[in-house]
Amino acid sequence: MSILGTRVIRTEDPRLLTSGGVYVDDLREPDLAGAVRATFVRSTVAHALITGIDASAALEAPGVVAVLTVADMTDLPAPPPAEPLPDDAPPQEGPAPVGGVWQEPLLAVDRVRFVGEPVALVLTDSTYAGEDVAELVSVDYEPLPAVPSIAAALSEESLLFPDAGTNVVVRGARPIGDDSIFDGCEVIVEGDVVNQRVACLPMEGRATAAVWKDGKLTVWTSTQNAQLSRLILTAVGLPPDAIRVVAPDVGGGFGAKIGVDREQIIIAWAAKHTGRPVRWVETRNENLLAMTQGRGQLHHIKIGGDREGHIKAYRLDVVQDSGAYSRMGGFLPMLTNLMAPGVYDIPKVEANYKAVVTNGTPIAAYRGAGRPEAAATIERAVDWYAAEAGVDPAVVRKRNFIKKEQFPFVTKMGAPYDTGDYESALDKVLAAADYEVLRAEQKRRREAGETMLLGIGLASYVEITAADAGAGETAKVEVHDDGTATVYTGSSAHGQGHHTAYAMIVTAELGIPMDKVEVIHGDTDLIPDGVGTYASRSLQLGGSAVQKAAIEVKEEAGKKAAELFEAAEEDVELDAEAGVWRIKGDPDKSLSWAQVAGQADNGLIVANVRFTADRPTFPFGTHLSVVEVDAETGKVTLLRHVTADDAGPVLNPILLEGQRHGGIAQGAAQALVEEVLYDEDGNPLTATLMDYGAITATELPSFELLTSETPTSVNPLGVKGIGEAGTIGATPAVHNAVIDAVSHLGVRHIDMPMTPVRVWTAIQKASAQKVSAQ
Amino acid sequence: MKVSLTVNGKDVTADVEDRTLLVHFLRDTADLTATNIGCETTSCGACTVLLDGESVKSCTVLAAQADGHAVTTLEGLASESGEMHPVQRAFHNEHGLQCGYCTPGMVMAIVSLLKENPSPTEAEVRTGLEGNICRCTGYHNIVKAALAAASTPEGAK
Repeated sequence: MSILGTRVIRTEDPRLLTSGGVYVDDLREPDLAGAVRATFVRSTVAHALITGIDASAALEAPGVVAVLTVADMTDLPAPPPAEPLPDDAPPQEGPAPVGGVWQEPLLAVDRVRFVGEPVALVLTDSTYAGEDVAELVSVDYEPLPAVPSIAAALSEESLLFPDAGTNVVVRGARPIGDDSIFDGCEVIVEGDVVNQRVACLPMEGRATAAVWKDGKLTVWTSTQNAQLSRLILTAVGLPPDAIRVVAPDVGGGFGAKIGVDREQIIIAWAAKHTGRPVRWVETRNENLLAMTQGRGQLHHIKIGGDREGHIKAYRLDVVQDSGAYSRMGGFLPMLTNLMAPGVYDIPKVEANYKAVVTNGTPIAAYRGAGRPEAAATIERAVDWYAAEAGVDPAVVRKRNFIKKEQFPFVTKMGAPYDTGDYESALDKVLAAADYEVLRAEQKRRREAGETMLLGIGLASYVEITAADAGAGETAKVEVHDDGTATVYTGSSAHGQGHHTAYAMIVTAELGIPMDKVEVIHGDTDLIPDGVGTYASRSLQLGGSAVQKAAIEVKEEAGKKAAELFEAAEEDVELDAEAGVWRIKGDPDKSLSWAQVAGQADNGLIVANVRFTADRPTFPFGTHLSVVEVDAETGKVTLLRHVTADDAGPVLNPILLEGQRHGGIAQGAAQALVEEVLYDEDGNPLTATLMDYGAITATELPSFELLTSETPTSVNPLGVKGIGEAGTIGATPAVHNAVIDAVSHLGVRHIDMPMTPVRVWTAIQKASAQKVSAQ
Repeated sequence: MKVSLTVNGKDVTADVEDRTLLVHFLRDTADLTATNIGCETTSCGACTVLLDGESVKSCTVLAAQADGHAVTTLEGLASESGEMHPVQRAFHNEHGLQCGYCTPGMVMAIVSLLKENPSPTEAEVRTGLEGNICRCTGYHNIVKAALAAASTPEGAK
C-alpha cells in the first residue's frame, strides 16, 4: 500500500518541540558573531514632507555604531525607470505600475506616506541601545492633509504622489455598463460591502541578518521564497550570484513574506555599506505598522433574479485600498474580479475595479489574496438576495450552482474552472450539520421570544490556486550510495509540512524509507532556481516536481540496476514496498538503493527538474457556521463550523486538516474580531496586540471537517491547493450566520468585523425602522 | 546588576543591565533560544516559561525579578534521556504545531495548565490558552494535544 494518503505525523516536529526552531533571531552562525542590531526610525505622521533629520544627539549616545539616512545611500543603483502612467483609454489591467512616479523608496527621501515608514536606520551594539538611540534621531515634518481612507483617496483633495496627478493607481479594463443586465429581475438587491483591512500577523515578524564578506552578501531572512528575495535584493547593486539568501525556520508568512520588503533591502545594504554584520528583528509594533496588510476592499454590489431563487445578473465594483505604496497594485482586485461569480452559473456578470493609494500601511497578499474578497461578497450577496426573495439560502445555492456535468467550465469572467462538484459538497455539509434541525431550533427560539438567537450561515466557494502555474517549481532528487535520498525544492515551507509531504512522495516512488529522505529548501547557494510558497501552489507544483524528479531518478537507477544484474533494463523493476531492485520473476535476487547508486558516477543518481502546469486549479467547498447572537448585547458566539473542502486527492490528511483549521480560524477572525483601524489623521489605532484583536482559542470551537476529493487532471498528483481554502470559505459563512440570526428583526447586512456594538446597533436600527414603518 | 537563576536545573549567573527582561536573559545570556518573543505586550504568550513551576510571560518579567528563582524553558522539558514530555509528544501526535513559533510558549502554558487542572474539559483548555496566540493551527489541534496529554498518566507532571 502506498504511503500517500496516510496520516504520517510530521518529521519536522521533534526538533521544533525540543530545542525550538532556528528563526533569524536564533541564528548563531560564526559570521554573525558581533552583529550590530538594526533599529528603524519610523515616521510618526501619516503624510508629511521631511524638512530635516538631525542625528547629532543619537551619534553621541552610548552603544551607537551608525545612523544612516537616505543621504548615505549614494552607493546604490538608481531605482528602475518609470513605467507608463495609468490611462483610461485603453485602461490598464493587471498589476499596477510600481516604479516611476509611484516609486516606493528605500529610506524615505523627502516625504512620508504612512505612520511607520522607514526614515532612518540606527545601528547599535545591543537591542536596548537601539531603541534609546532611535528616540534621539530628530526628524522635522511639515504635515500634509492625510488620506486615511478609500473615500478620502477618491476625493483627490490630497495627493500622495503629486506627480501622478491622481490617487488612482490603476483601473480595470471592464467598464460597468448601464442597468440593462438587471432587466426582468423581480428581486434586486444593491449595496456596499466592506472587506476590511486586516493584519497578516505571522507570529514571527519580519527578521533579517546580513553579512558582507569576501565579495559576497549573505542574507538570512524570514521569507516564503529565497530565490525571489535574492532577485529583489539585487537592488543593493549586486548581481544575483554575489548574493546568497537563506530562509531559516520561518514563523509563518500568510502572504506577507513573499520576497522581501524595503526594510530587508536596507539591512542588506547596511551590511555591505558598513562592512559590519547586521541583524534586524522587528517588534510587534513595527510589524503592525509596516508589514504589508491584507484585504482592504470596498465593494459595491447589485444582484438580481426571480422570486424562485434563480439569479439572473450580478455586478461587482471594487475599490482596492493599496495603502501608501501599491506593491501589488491591481493584482488583488483583478483576482477578485476574476472570481466574482464564484460557484454560480449566472447569465450576466459585470465586474470592474480600481486601486487607490491611501496614507496607510501598504496592502499586499494575505492568505487568499483577492479571492476571499470575491467569495465574501458573492456569498453575502446570495444570502442578501435569498432573504429578499424569501427563499432558503441553501435552495438558492443549489438552484444556481454550476453543475458537475458542466466542467470544465469557463465563467463569464473568463476563469477556466477545471473540476468541481459543488452540490455534493453542500449536501454533505447540510447533512452533517443537521441543517433542518438547526432551522427548526432557530424558529423555536424566535417564536419563544428568546434573546439568544441562533444563526446558520452558508458559504459555497471556489478559488483559484497556483494562479502562476506556468512558473512551475523546481526539484532536485538525489539518491546516494549510502541508500539515503536528498530532495532540494524551490518551494519554501514555513509551517506547511513540506518536509514530510515531499519525503512521502519520494518514499512512494522509490521505496526509500522516510527517515532516509532529507528535504532541503530555502538556500540559493544550494537551490539557485526556485519559485516559492504562496498561492496554495506548493504540493501541486513543488510536489509534482519532486515526483517528476523521483521518477527520473528511478529510470536512471533502472539502468544501473540492469548493469549490476547483467540483465536487460526491461527485466529489472523496483519493488517500491521493500525499497529494493529486483529481476522480474526472481524474488531471491535484489539490489539495495545503496548498491544501485554505488554503480553510478560519484555514487550519486540525480535528477534536476522543473514542473510546470499549463493552468491553475480551482478547489471548492462549502462551509456552514452556527452562531449564537445575544440580541440584548450583540455578542456573537461561534458554536459550530462544519466544512467540506475539496482540493482533490489527499496526500496526508493530517497536513490537509491543519491547513483547513488555520484558515478557518483566520477567516472567522476577519468576520468577528479583526480590523486595522486609522483615525482621521491616518494614525494607526491598532498598532500592538493590546489593540489589534487577534482571535484566541476561547473565541473558537473545534471544527467539523468532512472529506471531499475531486481530482484534477492539471497535474499528475491530481491535487489542488488547500492553504487558502479556510479563509475563503469561513469568512462569509460566519458573516452570513450572524446576519441570519438577526434577519427576522429586519437586519439585512452588517459589515465586518461583527463586534457586539455593530451587531447591537444593527438590531436597534432595524427595530427603529420597523416601528417607524408601522 | 548581577543576576543568578537556575535555568533548566543549571545555575546561570551574569551581570546584566537592570532593565534586562527575563526573555532576553534566557535567549542572550543563557543562550536558550527556544523561547520566542511575539509581541512585547504580554498578549501573545510566545515567551511563556515556568518560573518556579508556574507559567509566566517572560517578556514582562525582569531578569532581576527572577533572581534566585528557577526557570524552566522548552529545552528543559524532555527527560534526561531525551524522552519528550507528554505534552511535547501530544503536540507531535496531534499535529499541534505548524510554523513552530508559538509552540514553545504553548507547550509551557499547557504544562502549567495541566498541573493546575489535570483533567480539564475542552472549554477549560480553551479558556486556559486565552493568553497564547497561534496563527497557524486555529487552535484545533493544540486543544486536542492538551486533552490528549491530560489523558496520559504522566501528563500533569
